[in-house]
Amino acid sequence: MSAPERFLERLNARRENDPSWVAARRQAGAARFAAVGFPTRRDEAWKYTDVRAIAEGDFALAADAEFLAERLAACALELDAHRLVLVDGRFNAELSSLDALPAGVSVTPLSQALEANHEQVGGSLGRLAGVDFSAFTALNTAFADEGAVVRLAPGTVVDKPIYVVLISRANEQAVMSHPRVLIEAGARSEATVIEHYAGESGAANFTNVVTEALLERGAIVNHYKLQEAALGDLHVASIHVDQSRDSRFNSFNLNLGGSLVRTDLVTDLNAEGAEAAYYGLFFLQGRQHVDNHTLVNHNAPRTFSNESYKGILDDRSHGVFNGKVYVKKDAQQIEAYQNNANLLLSDRAEIDTKPELVIYADDVKCSHGATTGQLDEEAVYALRTRGIDVAMARGLLTLAFAGEVMEQVKLNEIAERVERAVAGRLPERFNLADLVETAEAVQEA
Amino acid sequence: MLEVKDLHVTVEGKAILKGLDLTVQPGEVHAIMGPNGAGKSTLSAVIAGKDGYEVTQGSILFEGQDVLEMEIEERARAGLLLGFQYPIEIPGVKNIYLLKAALNAAREARGEGEIPAPEFMKLVREKSAEMQMDPSFLQRAVNEGFSGGEKKRNEILQMLVLQPKLAMLDEIDSGLDIDAMKVVANGVNSLRSADRAILLVTHYQRLLNHIEPDRVHVLVDGRIVKSGDKSLALELEARGYDWVLEESVA
Ligand SMILES: Nc1ncnc2c1ncn2[C@@H]1O[C@H](COP(=O)(O)OP(=O)(O)OP(=O)(O)O)[C@@H](O)[C@H]1O
Ligand SMILES: [Mg+2]
Repeated sequence: MSAPERFLERLNARRENDPSWVAARRQAGAARFAAVGFPTRRDEAWKYTDVRAIAEGDFALAADAEFLAERLAACALELDAHRLVLVDGRFNAELSSLDALPAGVSVTPLSQALEANHEQVGGSLGRLAGVDFSAFTALNTAFADEGAVVRLAPGTVVDKPIYVVLISRANEQAVMSHPRVLIEAGARSEATVIEHYAGESGAANFTNVVTEALLERGAIVNHYKLQEAALGDLHVASIHVDQSRDSRFNSFNLNLGGSLVRTDLVTDLNAEGAEAAYYGLFFLQGRQHVDNHTLVNHNAPRTFSNESYKGILDDRSHGVFNGKVYVKKDAQQIEAYQNNANLLLSDRAEIDTKPELVIYADDVKCSHGATTGQLDEEAVYALRTRGIDVAMARGLLTLAFAGEVMEQVKLNEIAERVERAVAGRLPERFNLADLVETAEAVQEA
Repeated sequence: MLEVKDLHVTVEGKAILKGLDLTVQPGEVHAIMGPNGAGKSTLSAVIAGKDGYEVTQGSILFEGQDVLEMEIEERARAGLLLGFQYPIEIPGVKNIYLLKAALNAAREARGEGEIPAPEFMKLVREKSAEMQMDPSFLQRAVNEGFSGGEKKRNEILQMLVLQPKLAMLDEIDSGLDIDAMKVVANGVNSLRSADRAILLVTHYQRLLNHIEPDRVHVLVDGRIVKSGDKSLALELEARGYDWVLEESVA
């Protein structure tokens, strides 16, 4: 049996109660996936990322969504939020809290949305992420039966973040999940949506998520993807954004966990005044592999994009950054800035970075660049003259390097969480975790 | 406390210090004056341990220890601290991190434990207030976006928290307005005690009006050519350096 066949076999074992239009989609996804199979390194877009660990794996579908509240508390953000919890891809109602949603906002598990109001969901679902985007979106389309559907009526400003927690458990039999997140932001609405991947440290599951966000005129969406999956987890994600006039999408793609991680982020700026900001951070250790592929399509004049991705790589980790900015013919007076900076903490860590600009308009302001380097020795000296040893000086400067992206994070709980995680996961010799905590205490005092 | 003997230093093959002698006793404040390019910053950089300076002859002892054999951070932990003429910006490293890491390093070297968090918080808040710095500066990156005067105050803040035995302050007065000068001078004066010493590099008498030196030295072309008490500074202010040079040649 081929790998695609093996994966699709699990589809037949599913409980069949899909509406017919969903079933048709599943079939289309499955057919596409069967036809293309898993990508190989001969595919240009997967040149640096070998997905055999996924293709050769054996992943069941989770049978339940059980998870103890204490365990959730231990890994979730302490955040006043509207919360939707998925455990290995299954909705857990008890751990979720969606009762206090303000008028004009709905946050619904995908399964319920499909049942209750399939016409409406059907219109948007898959509109941005078709089965031909990649083998993984096809696979997701075949399987997706759970996730989060977020709808904002025009003019609605959501009071608290919408917090989707995706838990991966340490199962005896590894599982796969294919969550689907759909965000429909009506005109001038505003929300913060967090996708937080976390779980038990022994987990070794495969998550294959697809997120679609549609922003109508003037909508503002802050999207956080905080990926703190277990170090054995395999994680593939694609995020697809469609932006109307004067809308703004702020993306924070923060990767700390996972053994094999691939994220595709695609935004279409379709009308004047649309603006996208991409901030990314990846901090890799051991043999972690994280691949970020980003694409901004400037399809209309006077659209704006700004991208800053930072990578910190230790041990024998491998990072990939492929950032493409595409400016359509006649999309004049656009501005597009892109930068990727990487810090290598070990000789054996590796980064492949490729910023790309493809421009078919002539009146544009664009810049792009990539740097990979070591720490500023002048600063190391200055810190040493205060009695700080070389290791800690380097630790502080590494934290500072991450800080330049984290400064953009407006949500304190996430900024602190990541700062602590970076400080705590820095090689022990840096010993910064305690330092960060004190500094926070001083601030709060 | 500090004993510099016959110090010869070259930078990229060029002789900068050419046989410099200087002795500082506990409790004393010494001022070093001299024309631009004489080697004042070079002297303090060599004592602090900056790379790129080659000591071709002579010795530096601090409390009997051979400074040139010590790592940069060991010198600081031993209580030898340099306030920079041009403090650099360290983007992203919060002041509070620097202060805590530096203080704990010094405490550890003295065999003391880490400072408890509440005590540390109290200390840094107190010292910031003394330097008339808003506590928000503690959360800002070291010197990033600070004005010239704020950078200098920040150097002194570090001194106040770390309480060095010997503080070497390189042109701590440059770029300060009159009020800031007083704040900085008060900070420096609070470091004075019978078992501590201060080495000031300056071009101006006005700093010495606030921080009264016990000894004043004139450094010209890599050597100390004249030393005296505080009246020497006044004389230099009035007459410039030429007469000292002529005197020393004669
Ligand atoms: N890294 C270097 N490379 C080359 N020359 C140097 C270097 N550092 C210092 N020098 C030279 O050494 C000499 C002494 O410089 P230093 O900075 O010690 O002078 P200074 O007495 O502090 O002067 P100022 O009053 O202007 O601060 C100068 O001629 C300077 O150009
Ligand atoms: Mg100087």
